Amino acid sequence: MIKGLLGVIASLLLTVPVFALQAQSGQTGFLPVDELPPGEQLPSAPLLVAAYAFVWVAVLFYVWLLWRRLNKVEGEMHTLQQRQAQRGNPR
Amino acid sequence: MRKLFVPFLILTAAVCAYVPIVIAETPYETSMKLVSKIFYFHVPSWWAMFSGVGVCGVASAIYLFKGRPAADRWAVSGAELAVLFGLMGLVTGPLWGRKAWGVWWQWDARLTIALLLWLVFIAYLLVRKYGGTGSEKLAAAVGVFGTAVVPFVYESVNIWRTVHPTTSVVPTLPGGMPRPFWLSVTTFMLLFIVLLNVRVNLARREAVLDELYLAEED
Repeated sequence: MIKGLLGVIASLLLTVPVFALQAQSGQTGFLPVDELPPGEQLPSAPLLVAAYAFVWVAVLFYVWLLWRRLNKVEGEMHTLQQRQAQRGNPR
Repeated sequence: MRKLFVPFLILTAAVCAYVPIVIAETPYETSMKLVSKIFYFHVPSWWAMFSGVGVCGVASAIYLFKGRPAADRWAVSGAELAVLFGLMGLVTGPLWGRKAWGVWWQWDARLTIALLLWLVFIAYLLVRKYGGTGSEKLAAAVGVFGTAVVPFVYESVNIWRTVHPTTSVVPTLPGGMPRPFWLSVTTFMLLFIVLLNVRVNLARREAVLDELYLAEED
């Protein structure tokens, strides 16, 4: 009984990988992207527009950040210089 | 340098306006068609990123060995631009990959090392911001380390089997692709130089402000 069971398990272990390695029907090759049914095709335009828009948004955001930081530094420098000038000329 | 900045800025703006027209008129690459046009700003953004890394690495080495404050200002500016242009590359790449590979991301050698390089420069900026006194030296060491990673990023596609196209793509561009590509590279490099100039100027003004605060404390 046990020998029979072991035989069945051994034969399953040997045959299953063989079946798994065999290509199933319909999976024998790759289908070119442009031959896919229209419902499964991924449109390119939104990807391209997203990439292009992201580059511009990133550049403009960084320029805005630089402009804001420069303004802040210039503002602080102006305040400090005024304070030092007032200290230099006390009335 | 300051006299040259305005003409340089006008030239950069003009090229930035002209390049999208050239890219739009370029014929499609036969296998990838419309989405292949992402290539014209994905690859140049990595070139600009590597330039930022290069500036940061060289300036960090000078700062580490000579201790020049000006070098530190160039280093932090280069690192910031490396993060900016690296982010562009990391976002535009998956947008192309989704169409080309069917997935947004693959943990293969090129993509993973490129992400790690970008993270090294995020770490650089975090060390600068939150590292406290003396963090400039530590950040400079991170900058030099990050620069040493660049050859691995570049050569990863030739050393390991990855899904990413190899470095032979650019020298063998077909038909009408080289002209818009090199124009796009030039545009990104001009943009990089302009932004680097403004960022270094900001760092210089911040240094002057620090001196004014110190003078006031005295």
